[in-house]
Amino acid sequence: MDALISFQNVDKAFGSNLVFKGLNLEIQQGETLTVLGESGTGKSVLLKMLLGLLPPDRGSIFFNNLDIAQCKKTQLIEIRRRMGMLFQGAALFDSLNVFENIAYPLREHFDYSEEKIRSIVKEKLEMVGLPGTEKVMPADLSGGMKKRVGLARAIATDPEVILYDEPTTGLDPANIGRIDQLILRMQEKLKVTSIVVTHDLPSAFRISNRLALVYNRKIEFVGTVEEFKNSKNKAVTDFCVS
Amino acid sequence: MNLKPQLLQISLILGRGITHLLNTIGGLSQLVGEIFAVLFKRSMEFGAVLRQFEFVGVRSFGLVGIISVFTGMVLSLQFIVGLSRFGLEIYTGQIVGVSITRELGPVLTALMIAARAGAGITAELGSMAITEQILAIEAMGADPIQKLVIPRVIATTLCTPLLTVMGDFLGILGGMMVSSVETGTGSQFFLNQITQAVELYDFGSGVGKSFFFGFFIGVIACYQGMNTRGGGAGVGISTTQSVVVAAVTIFVSDFFLTKLFLLF
Repeated sequence: MDALISFQNVDKAFGSNLVFKGLNLEIQQGETLTVLGESGTGKSVLLKMLLGLLPPDRGSIFFNNLDIAQCKKTQLIEIRRRMGMLFQGAALFDSLNVFENIAYPLREHFDYSEEKIRSIVKEKLEMVGLPGTEKVMPADLSGGMKKRVGLARAIATDPEVILYDEPTTGLDPANIGRIDQLILRMQEKLKVTSIVVTHDLPSAFRISNRLALVYNRKIEFVGTVEEFKNSKNKAVTDFCVS
Repeated sequence: MNLKPQLLQISLILGRGITHLLNTIGGLSQLVGEIFAVLFKRSMEFGAVLRQFEFVGVRSFGLVGIISVFTGMVLSLQFIVGLSRFGLEIYTGQIVGVSITRELGPVLTALMIAARAGAGITAELGSMAITEQILAIEAMGADPIQKLVIPRVIATTLCTPLLTVMGDFLGILGGMMVSSVETGTGSQFFLNQITQAVELYDFGSGVGKSFFFGFFIGVIACYQGMNTRGGGAGVGISTTQSVVVAAVTIFVSDFFLTKLFLLF
C-alpha cells in the first residue's frame, strides 16, 4: 500500500547546525504515528517541512504522491487546507476571540455564509468540550483550554491529516489525559491520519498506533508500541533512560 | 606590544556589523519586493487597513499635535531672539513657515510615528512571531504579507502625510501664537508673512517626502517584528531596533529626498 505521507532521504540544516541527514519515514492513511525524540532533535521541523513552511535542503516529502518541496504556492495552499496543525503553544491569535480564531481557516478557504461558519465553530467547540466559549478571548483561557481551542481550529476545515506539536507539554496530568482522549476521539470519529510530536512517553503509548524515534539526525526506530517497549535498539533504550 | 589580537578583534566586530547591516538591507529589499508582488496580485483587506488607520493615524493625532504646536512655539521664540539682534524679528513668520513646511513638519511627524506606531507594530508582530501566530497564519494557507504587512504599510504610508499636513498647520499656529505675543505684531501680520514666503512647492515637497518616510517606517517595523527571535527579550530588542533603524533611515533619506525634490 502506498503511504499517505513519505519522507525520502531528507536533509535539513540551519546554518552549520545539521538537523536531519538522510531521514526516511512513511505514514499510512488513518494511523496515529508519534514522533519521539529528545528536545532539539528537530521533531517540530519535521511537521513544518510537511506543511511546506520549511523547505528540505535535499530529498523529497510526498503527500498523496505530490512532492511538497516542488509544489507551487496554490498547490501548497490546498495541501495546507487538507492538514490541520495544533501548535505547541496553541498559537491562537491574541486579537481575535475564540469564535474568530476557529472561523479563520474557514473564511480563508471557503465562501461559507456566516450562519454556516457559526454552526461549524459551535460543532468543533462541542467536539473539544468547550461549548459556549465563542466570545472568550485567548488571554482568558487556561493552557489546556488554549490547546483545545487550537485543536478546534485545526479541525475546522475537516482536514485529512492533523499534526500535533507537543500537545501535552506544559499541561497538568488532568489536562494531559483530556488532550490524549481528544486525540483518540479525533482518530475514532474523524478517521484522520495523525502525526504527533512529543517527548512525553506515557502519552505516546496511550494514543499511538506506531512510534518513530528521531536519533542521530534520522529516524532510528519505527514500530508499534509493543515493539518499542520490547526493543533492544540502543537509541530506544537511551531515550527511555533519559 | 603585539597588536595583532586587538586588530583581529576589531576586524571581527566590524565584519559582524557589516554582515548584519547587509542582511538587514537584503531582508528589507526582499520584503519590499514581496509587498509589491502581493499588492498587485491579491485583493486588499479593507477592514484590516481601516483598523491600522485607526492605530497609526487616529491614535497618533494627539502626540503629533502636541509636538507640532510646541515645535512651532519654540522655533518662533528662538528666531525672534536671533533675528532681533539684527532688527529683523518681524520676519519670523517667513522663516518659521518655510522651515516647518519643508523640513521640521515632515521629519518630526515621521519620527513620532516611528516611535509610537512603528514600535507598536514591531512589538505586536514580534510577539506574534515568537508565539508562532505568524507561522499559524501560513499553516492555515493564508499569506502573512497580505494579512499583516500590507495593511500596516498602507496605513503608515498614507497616515504620515496626513499627519504631516496637520502638524504643519499646528506648528505654524504655535509659532503664530508666540510671535504675536512676543513681537506685538498680531496674528494677521504673521499669517501674511506665511502666505508671502511659503509657496505651494515648499508645502508639497514636505508632504511628498512624508509619503516615503511613512513607507520606510511601515516596512522597517514589519520586517523587525516578523524577524523577532528569542522570547520577550527578543521583542524588546526588535522594537528598539525598529525605532533606531527607522529614525536613521528618515534622516538619511531626508537628505536624498530633499535633493531629489529640488530637481523638480
